[in-house]
Amino acid sequence: MRALHPGQPWPPTRTDRLFRMLIWSFAAGLLVLCALILWVLVSHSWPALQRFGPSFLWQTTWDPVAEQFGALPFIYGTLLTAAIALAVSVPLSLGAAIFLAELAPTWLRTPFSFVIELLAAIPSIIYGLWGLFVLVPLLKPVQAFLIEHCSWIPLFRGSPYGTGNLAAGLILAIMITPIITAISRDVILAVPRAIREAAYALGATRWETIRGPVLHYGRAGILGAVLLALGRALGETMAVTMVIGNSTKISASLFDPGYTMASLLANEFTEAVGETYVSVLLEIGLILFVLTIVVNALARLLLWKVTRDAGEAMKE
Amino acid sequence: MVSEYLEQPTEGTPAEVTGSAQPTVIECRSAWVKYGDNPAVKDVTLDFPAKQVTSLIGPSGCGKSTLLRSFNRMNDFIPGIKIEGQILYHGRDLYGREVDPVEVRRRIGMVFQKPNPFPKSIFQNIVWGPMINGLAPRSGRKAWQQELVQRCLEGAALWDEVKDRLHESGLSLSGGQQQRLCIARALAMDPEVILMDEPCSALDPRSTLRIEDLIDELRTRFTIIIVTHNMQQAARVSDLTAFLYEGNLVEHGPTQKIFTNPDQKQTEEYITGRFG
Repeated sequence: MRALHPGQPWPPTRTDRLFRMLIWSFAAGLLVLCALILWVLVSHSWPALQRFGPSFLWQTTWDPVAEQFGALPFIYGTLLTAAIALAVSVPLSLGAAIFLAELAPTWLRTPFSFVIELLAAIPSIIYGLWGLFVLVPLLKPVQAFLIEHCSWIPLFRGSPYGTGNLAAGLILAIMITPIITAISRDVILAVPRAIREAAYALGATRWETIRGPVLHYGRAGILGAVLLALGRALGETMAVTMVIGNSTKISASLFDPGYTMASLLANEFTEAVGETYVSVLLEIGLILFVLTIVVNALARLLLWKVTRDAGEAMKE
Repeated sequence: MVSEYLEQPTEGTPAEVTGSAQPTVIECRSAWVKYGDNPAVKDVTLDFPAKQVTSLIGPSGCGKSTLLRSFNRMNDFIPGIKIEGQILYHGRDLYGREVDPVEVRRRIGMVFQKPNPFPKSIFQNIVWGPMINGLAPRSGRKAWQQELVQRCLEGAALWDEVKDRLHESGLSLSGGQQQRLCIARALAMDPEVILMDEPCSALDPRSTLRIEDLIDELRTRFTIIIVTHNMQQAARVSDLTAFLYEGNLVEHGPTQKIFTNPDQKQTEEYITGRFG
């Protein structure tokens, strides 16, 4: 045993150093892994990047036989289905989160939360099958009705196939609902009691309190939850591939079939022949990778800002 | 309908014990407040006359905050809370079945122990209450809001310090300023009664003094009930003082008398710092 003197730093033992190195290497491993993925994507898509340049992003033709490639239909499909998913899921999830955090009787909260979180654990192929066998047949008559009566809106044109952008968006909405609900519920529960009491003391009703100060206080956290869910929606592959219809035509209609970047990769990777074709698919993967990284980074940034602001409010 | 119910003027019973000539605003008649089976306030009978500052003093856990919070039904949110006996507001039972707690809180404002401004601008902090309660006129809303904000901030002695930064966050203010903002926010609802739950306990002595000066200015317009740990504060700001111990009302009366010549030995021991 070495003697310890006051003021002297505690000398680390050999096991301490070993443990620290081990932990460091684990953490660094994750970063290396991420960098390797990026490197593989860039290096393998290099031929395509050189050949097509930035115009790849806005070309709309997809003809592997003639070696004509453009990414726009897939970028469009990915963004459109994600947008449908958010438009449907955000109100639904916020409502569920408010119910769970504020209104549900105590005995109902735990089972209800459990069931919602269970939705997140269902494999996406199951969602795809459910979409194909349940959702798509349900959508057909609805689409036929809308086409007949509302076709002056460009969103509601085309044929009532069932499969298409709308079906994919709805499946995605169901898949991201548990994420938004669970995080928003935690955010709402974390709003300090003092904020609620301040509102109630001014004669606010429960609804006015939630709609005003509570959601305002938690707004960045909820936005973070939405962005995390968006990340998931952008990258989701299997379920979307099964119901989106896989067409490379860009259409404004919700009912027409479309294509996402992830489902394109799933469908065509095994059939890709020739260096250019494979390289183009990897460039699609690279675009998707960058898009999800950006969305996730934004989400982290917002969540970090929330915790920092909350920390500052606590200091006073 | 509920508002009419609360608004009907009733003859206030003059507070016999306190000797105040003012009509009674809030009146406890053998009031008990229980958390489940644990009584926090036991059989308290006490009058709060209009336009007077009454302080509730007593050691921690004596039930003074619990009692205060039952005046604007802030305890409603605590599961298992029970009120027995009667708490009357202008002679009407605050816990009567036809009383809307939201309506009660519009008339009985509250300032809390820790300053709790909304994380919004100073301006928004003040206008939010009147806006959601529909007090704003249909037209000329902007001018009305500006006038309201200035009047309330002046009323809370904060206007000169913040008039150039009304659209900055309420959280950017110092602790003492935040608490005065919270008072201004309560004033915006033009309540009849303002409840203050240890409003200075999180503040430094200078800010405390400013709040006490403010209470002195507000006493002519509002009925103020203040819970305080600080006996000097009770002596400085209040007209009447009630001393609670372990949920019981030990003694109440004019502050002067309580602090110079209390009837009960327990009161004397507490105010001279022998315990508590």
